[in-house]
Amino acid sequence: MNPAARLSLDGVRKSFGATQALKSVSLQVAAGEVHALIGENGAGKSTLLKILSGAHEADAGTMRLDGRPYRPSGPADARRLGVAMIYQEINLAPHLSVRENILLGTESAALGWISAARSRRRAGEALAGLGYAHFPLERPAGEFSIAEQQVIEIARALLIRPQVLIMDEPTSSLTRADTERLFEVIGRLREQGVSVIYVSHFLEECRTVCDRYTVLKDGEAVGSGAMKDAGIDSLVAQMTGRPVSDLYPRTERRRGSAVLEVSSLSRPPRLKAASFSVHEGEIFGLAGLIGAGRTDLARTIFGLDAATSGTVAVHGNRGAATPRQRWRQGVGFLSENRKEEGLMLNQPIRDNITLTKLGAFGRMGWISRRRQTAASVRWAGDLAVKCRDTDQAVGELSGGNQQKVALARLLEHPANILILDEPTRGIDVGSKAQIYEIIGRLAAAGKTVILVSSYLPELLGLCDTIGVMRRGELVAVRPRGEWTEPELLGFAVGKD
Amino acid sequence: MTLTLRRILAKAGPFIGLILVIALFAIPSENRAYFLTYHNFKIIFTQTVIVSIGALGMTLIIVSGAIDLSVGSTVALTGVIAALLIQRGWGAVACTAASIGVGCLVGLLNGSAVAGLRMPSFIITLGMLGICRGMAKWLADNQTVNYDTSPINSWMTTADPRGHALPAGVWVAIALAAATALVLRKTVFGRHVFALGSNESAARLCGVPTVRLQIMVFALAGCFFGLAGVFQLSRLRLGDPTVAVGLELDIIAAVIIGGASLNGGSGTILGSIIGALIMSVLRNGSQQMGWPNYFQEIIIGVVIIVAVFLDRFRRGGKA
Repeated sequence: MNPAARLSLDGVRKSFGATQALKSVSLQVAAGEVHALIGENGAGKSTLLKILSGAHEADAGTMRLDGRPYRPSGPADARRLGVAMIYQEINLAPHLSVRENILLGTESAALGWISAARSRRRAGEALAGLGYAHFPLERPAGEFSIAEQQVIEIARALLIRPQVLIMDEPTSSLTRADTERLFEVIGRLREQGVSVIYVSHFLEECRTVCDRYTVLKDGEAVGSGAMKDAGIDSLVAQMTGRPVSDLYPRTERRRGSAVLEVSSLSRPPRLKAASFSVHEGEIFGLAGLIGAGRTDLARTIFGLDAATSGTVAVHGNRGAATPRQRWRQGVGFLSENRKEEGLMLNQPIRDNITLTKLGAFGRMGWISRRRQTAASVRWAGDLAVKCRDTDQAVGELSGGNQQKVALARLLEHPANILILDEPTRGIDVGSKAQIYEIIGRLAAAGKTVILVSSYLPELLGLCDTIGVMRRGELVAVRPRGEWTEPELLGFAVGKD
Repeated sequence: MTLTLRRILAKAGPFIGLILVIALFAIPSENRAYFLTYHNFKIIFTQTVIVSIGALGMTLIIVSGAIDLSVGSTVALTGVIAALLIQRGWGAVACTAASIGVGCLVGLLNGSAVAGLRMPSFIITLGMLGICRGMAKWLADNQTVNYDTSPINSWMTTADPRGHALPAGVWVAIALAAATALVLRKTVFGRHVFALGSNESAARLCGVPTVRLQIMVFALAGCFFGLAGVFQLSRLRLGDPTVAVGLELDIIAAVIIGGASLNGGSGTILGSIIGALIMSVLRNGSQQMGWPNYFQEIIIGVVIIVAVFLDRFRRGGKA
């Protein structure tokens, strides 16, 4: 065992009933090291994080922090011992000020009265350490962007001067620019000697920001090493146990007639006069930064948001744009926001898959439960959704399986024009590969796919045509062969 | 293990609660002789009719993710209107239809304001609570509306009080409960109501006409509340604009004890009816035990809290 390690884990095990979530995991993190913890969903990352942050207790194995045994009795105890965690979801009280949020639970007070000067100084110092000294301390946290709110969270975590900071998917809702800024913050932490455990699905990011990595697969640490020696392909191969080459299927496609024509579609300020058309058997990608208007374009086409001007013609039909009308025209929409808009989490898988066409499972408004179940069972099987049965609430499934259910809705309907907004966000590599394969198959079958994605390799790997949006404008549309990743990025950030 | 226990609780929770409550009053020997008789249960059933019919509408509303606080006032208003119409010589059927119509209209207004103006149902129906109560008092000229007689008077009683026949009101409640349960489970409308309550954005994305649906839910529930007003009239045999104050809270309690979540997207008709029965049994049993009124109120309060706590447990901690 490495004596210099800030944090070392040896043979950590954890079981839940008959399920062995962690089978003997060992891990070493040095002081001032940014350590990537990567693995597919279900590989045991969450369990390991919960053990590290004190939410769960390990069944066996030893953990040491600076050489001393580390056995936190709960998250508060873990923080006291010097291990803080930043969760994927923002945990701020939106109505309280930045200062109050940072100091929540550790207020500088005398006899219950909060000392304003002292708390301002402490909050200000915490933010300054991250390079955000200019933050207005008295504004409500809810008025800040997600990225800024995350900085507030990190400042809060730093207040206790942790030796180890765990970050779970910190960039999942950040733009590229915000991600860069977060990396600067992480760089500062590294200089201060804080060890960071960085969990992310974005392997490129891990490569940029992390010094070393550990790959978890099926509850075991299957590989670790220095990040500079590891390529993305080798990381993916370690995570999945298979080579990366067949991640993006190149299916045989025949481009047919134009089925969706968008002309001068506007919804200022987020969407300005977008025009393009997509064809049968075509996968049309929309690239751009978060907030560039890609989601606004997709939502306006689908009728979720009303256009202020411009038209959308589906099969030449320029009728009313409501979601209901679009489904009737065979257009389906997959929301980027699975939990808030995509799925009814406390409803059965069955109803989630069939909601757009319940009337088709019976007559006169009555539904045949048997036929409805048969259809959803078929899709659950086809898409390999891991579930007890289709009566199970969709909220109980893992992210990847939830996304498959959301996609199954479009397939069952069946939609001929599929608008997919970030279909692989926050899901594991295995599920991603399956979703890529489905998209490829759909296009080969003559269906049309509009794919909004922030992940450029995905767009380049799957699409036939890619359009780039910037500040609400569709600035360029070209066949895939004429794009490279730097060019796409250049158009997205505005270096024409 | 816990998972299977949870699943059993999820299916049978309210039912087990009902059996426990009945057992509570059946155990003391001085009480048992009468409490467990058919005749006593006939009384319990009859006393449950109004809350049950209200609970049918309230279940629809709560499953859809909303709430209705104006039920007690609507019951008073529709009862007063029916009484006034009887005074003017209307028949029983016509009066009932008018009451249901007025209830429906109140529901339409509630629903339109909630869905159309995108206002919280709590606020809208709190306002409507005052409006309907005031209207009832206005129409009744701030006093009870008396009438000679009407066939409606016999709907909550039987010709032979000692006989085995159940009053018409009980049968109406049973039939409507069965029909509503079927509609909620088996029809496009019913599943759309669940979708709306579970996730309005997802429902809209999937082409569910959410605004129209929310209005329909309130209007249909309003019909039930209007009918409950007729049965309230039948029980009192006069139109009283001050009756049924706080009835909505009993009805909401029945629906919640029956396993519905105030977050929407879950709830069953059978559960709500059992919830209503649990409260009736508690009242009836407490009276026979000679417990004072305030004691009943405390017990029912405790039952509501325990029921929701158990509900959280069976949902795995997420209520």
